[in-house]
Amino acid sequence: MSTLLSVQNLSKHYTLSGGLFGAERRLDALTDINLEVEAGETLAIVGESGCGKTTLGRCIIQAQPSSAGKVVYHPKSGGDVELTALNKRQIKPWRQDIRMIFQDPMSSLNPNMRVFDIVAEPLRIHKICKGRELEDRVIGTLAKVGIPAEAVGRYPHAFSGGQRQRIGIARALVLDPKLVIADEAVSALDVSIQAQVLNLLEDLKAEFGLTYIFISHDLGVVNYIADRVVAMYLGHVVENAPTEMLFERPRHPYTELLLEALPIADPTRRKGRKAEVRGEIPYLGNRPVGCPFHTRCRYAQDVCRAEKPALRPINGTAQEAACHFAEELDLKGAYDDAPAREFA
Amino acid sequence: MGCVMRLIPMGGKNMTQKPILSIADMSIVFSSPDEADIEAVRQVDLTLTPGKTLALVGESGCGKSVTARAVLRLLDKNALIQRGSITFEPKGEKPVDIAKLKQDSLPLRAIRGNQISMIFQEPMSSLSPVHTIGDQIDEMMTIHEGLKPKQARERTVALLDQVGIPGARERADAYPFQLSGGLRQRAMIAMALACKPQVLIADEPTTALDVTTQAQILDLLRQLQADFGMAMLFITHDLGVVAEIADEVAVMYLGDVVEQGSVFDVFAAPKHPYTQALMSSIPKMARKADRVRLSPIKGTVPAPKDRPEGCAFTSRCPHAFEPCPTIRPARTDLGNGHHARCHLLTRVPVEEPA
Repeated sequence: MSTLLSVQNLSKHYTLSGGLFGAERRLDALTDINLEVEAGETLAIVGESGCGKTTLGRCIIQAQPSSAGKVVYHPKSGGDVELTALNKRQIKPWRQDIRMIFQDPMSSLNPNMRVFDIVAEPLRIHKICKGRELEDRVIGTLAKVGIPAEAVGRYPHAFSGGQRQRIGIARALVLDPKLVIADEAVSALDVSIQAQVLNLLEDLKAEFGLTYIFISHDLGVVNYIADRVVAMYLGHVVENAPTEMLFERPRHPYTELLLEALPIADPTRRKGRKAEVRGEIPYLGNRPVGCPFHTRCRYAQDVCRAEKPALRPINGTAQEAACHFAEELDLKGAYDDAPAREFA
Repeated sequence: MGCVMRLIPMGGKNMTQKPILSIADMSIVFSSPDEADIEAVRQVDLTLTPGKTLALVGESGCGKSVTARAVLRLLDKNALIQRGSITFEPKGEKPVDIAKLKQDSLPLRAIRGNQISMIFQEPMSSLSPVHTIGDQIDEMMTIHEGLKPKQARERTVALLDQVGIPGARERADAYPFQLSGGLRQRAMIAMALACKPQVLIADEPTTALDVTTQAQILDLLRQLQADFGMAMLFITHDLGVVAEIADEVAVMYLGDVVEQGSVFDVFAAPKHPYTQALMSSIPKMARKADRVRLSPIKGTVPAPKDRPEGCAFTSRCPHAFEPCPTIRPARTDLGNGHHARCHLLTRVPVEEPA
């Protein structure tokens, strides 16, 4: 596998006005993010709200300017493209290769446009084709996501949430992208519809050889769909590992906390009191010194309050974690006594 | 109606308690000036027992919130409880049929927020943004129990402390926007518990929260239930949350309770095709080798007006046969308080599907 996209030392901060007399304050949304996305993989980004997972997605596609660091895209045709160095006009052609699917299908489609035009718009903007060819391409893409040709003249309000999400997916796919960033793409959907859309995303990936960055807070879905998982906390990557390794034995206490908190749909595996799940994500403006997670970490030692641990491979494996004690700690995974029950 | 006996020890002692709230044969109809009436809830039977949690689970639009709101008569003006009863029988008092009480009458207001209270999904939109949380909780006790402001504030601080809000005395003077989502939901819970209700209705109380906060709130609700011994009606769409918190579960689809019973029975052996399908559409926490492709329910939920006379699930059911679209399946007793509405259960066992 080759690397499709690399994020190098990416940071993003916002400046908050302190009011009329107050001093300006800095809010660090992303701190020194490094990660690589391999072609053909599904990389999940997980974390609590406010951890920076959406900001990271938006910085990758340059929907938001980053403050420092680089996002480099490696197209198949060769030659590296530093997306962060491009201006608006220069980046436009690369926007065809990297597309985004949004969370809320109710607000991400223009209510005044017909479905046909919603999906055709990217083709028109990028001047890819017109007339008959455009029509075929739009209808073909909509058919792929399960929207029949008769329905293309309707407006978004005539569709259910699941169908609207399919339209959003069609809009992303119509330009034949290489990388799709799905930001909580199934979170707003009912479970039965969520399963349909997850299957659709998998089929489309196989058919078009897509790469996904799948931003989600639902670890059950992530375990199902992702090849690799990046856990984020307060704008830091705290763990980056192949899905099975991470769920089998997390190496960062924060990942363990997330897995511990995950409700499992089986009353016989009820976890009982979760005394361990404690604390809340601190306000970004007054981030703790040392390890960002130490205020909630039950394994925290003095060194955690003083020094920030670096993200590093654990015991030479593909699993990376940013914890001073990653090697020693025996953290609990999510697969214990995993049942394999099937229903008729 | 049989109460479920085999439950995990929670309150401990009372295993065969009398139900405190029984919804029997309740239908709710929505009318609109230019469309036919819609029966959003069809002949629902539910019972709540002190110290126990009943989870009402289903997808959006299945009528679970409407059912819960009906208990407090919080329905919109165009909704009518057309048939059935909601019998509330508090300890040592005469039973009341809430469905028969007059809207906003004194007896109803005496129950609302006092004996039966509710937690809503979005704490930000259900708390008043212009009053401090302390004032909002005080108000409950000054209205329902006639406490003096000072006494009420003392109880409020104790409550906020009990629901795990750090620095309760200072936080009582905070406005909702000054609190995080988790703290806001805790304040909401404190408010619901202010008058020591005997029934607590929680409408998706953790849906808007992070998993970690959700785990804390579920823990808190379990703890408070053990302390106060209230009955809880917990509405959610998340089967994981049901498995965590419920003693009993009722699955709703398009206005019908299609299956109900003890959470262990229903999860171990779901009998209704919808429950089965729902369970196979959530990803299992399993290693890659054991991974199975999700089998989603085909199609989408039909609009309520297109619901067939018979079983509501007919159009999406893989096992549908002749009687399904026309004859409504009966509520079949499967033993141990486990009920389901499906023709397969009463079909003469000649070609039982595997």
